[in-house]
Amino acid sequence: MTSTIVKKSTATAAMLAAFVLTGCASAPKTLYQWEGYEPQVYQYLKGESPEQQIAVMEKDLQTISAKGRQVPPGFHAHLGMLYSVAGKPDQVVTQFEDEKKLFPESAAYMDFLLGKVKKGETL
Amino acid sequence: MMLRMLKIAACLAPAMLAVGCATKQAAYDYTAFKAAKPRSIVVLPPLNNSPEVNAGNSVYAQVSYPLAEAGYYVLPVAVVAETFKQNGLANAADIHGVEAKKLNEIFGADAGLYLTIDKYGSTYTVIDSVSVVSVKAKLVDLKTGTLLWEGAAAASSNEGGNNGGGGLVGALVAAAVKQIINSSTDASHPIAGRANARLLSAGGANGLLYGPRSERYLAQ
Repeated sequence: MTSTIVKKSTATAAMLAAFVLTGCASAPKTLYQWEGYEPQVYQYLKGESPEQQIAVMEKDLQTISAKGRQVPPGFHAHLGMLYSVAGKPDQVVTQFEDEKKLFPESAAYMDFLLGKVKKGETL
Repeated sequence: MMLRMLKIAACLAPAMLAVGCATKQAAYDYTAFKAAKPRSIVVLPPLNNSPEVNAGNSVYAQVSYPLAEAGYYVLPVAVVAETFKQNGLANAADIHGVEAKKLNEIFGADAGLYLTIDKYGSTYTVIDSVSVVSVKAKLVDLKTGTLLWEGAAAASSNEGGNNGGGGLVGALVAAAVKQIINSSTDASHPIAGRANARLLSAGGANGLLYGPRSERYLAQ
């Protein structure tokens, strides 16, 4: 009985500490978990080869899903384009469909791009 | 026609001077913005008036964060740039000249963001080096061509501890800087990120309004 009470109060103290620590964090909660999206976009715009960017973004996707957070707008579409440059058309389609599912606002543009993929055209 | 334009210019000139000198701007007129209710934004590759050739890439790569966190769907910038290239448009000036309706057709975006980079780069002196980036923006309704909002912002490496200017926008600015600071050796790149966050975060004075994906959208 006593030990249960001790255990309970320890748990409460731990939770309280966690709460206080979280409460002190100054960063506001963002809508999305960004990881390396913008730095990878920058690499692409500067003309760096896509293989390294694909590796980073695939790892980022795992991190984001492990944290149970939202992928930012454009992430899946950008990764899809990288797969297209790397010659992996099946994975391109999956990424564009994912972008569309998460962000219905992207539907018109994703359909435009998916049409190009189907016809075997360059994006 | 010419005379009419001159007249308009003559009328606008004093107004521009007055705004330019005012230390505190009048409250921004959001009537058109509120009526248009844009949900998605396609950002066009920036016009670059600075001598730094990489400025466009640097600024363009860092627009998604502030706009998406403000609650908008931001079209994938590098993919958008590729689409323009495939259509024979590689230069920002040509792209900025494309008809709004045509952009709406291809990208399905409600609004287009037109950016101009006025300053980008480092000035080195004997005792210090200062990186300065200044960017201005126009948000245009792509269905009607109406101007919804415009603004300008600058950032410098010489701002001391006062990075973000406090408040929620300040915290977002600091976060934007933090997320790219380790990824680049280009000294002006993080400064561009700070200028962008200042220019394109919602909730500041005369700044962008929140978009529908933000929890603050309905409260504003």
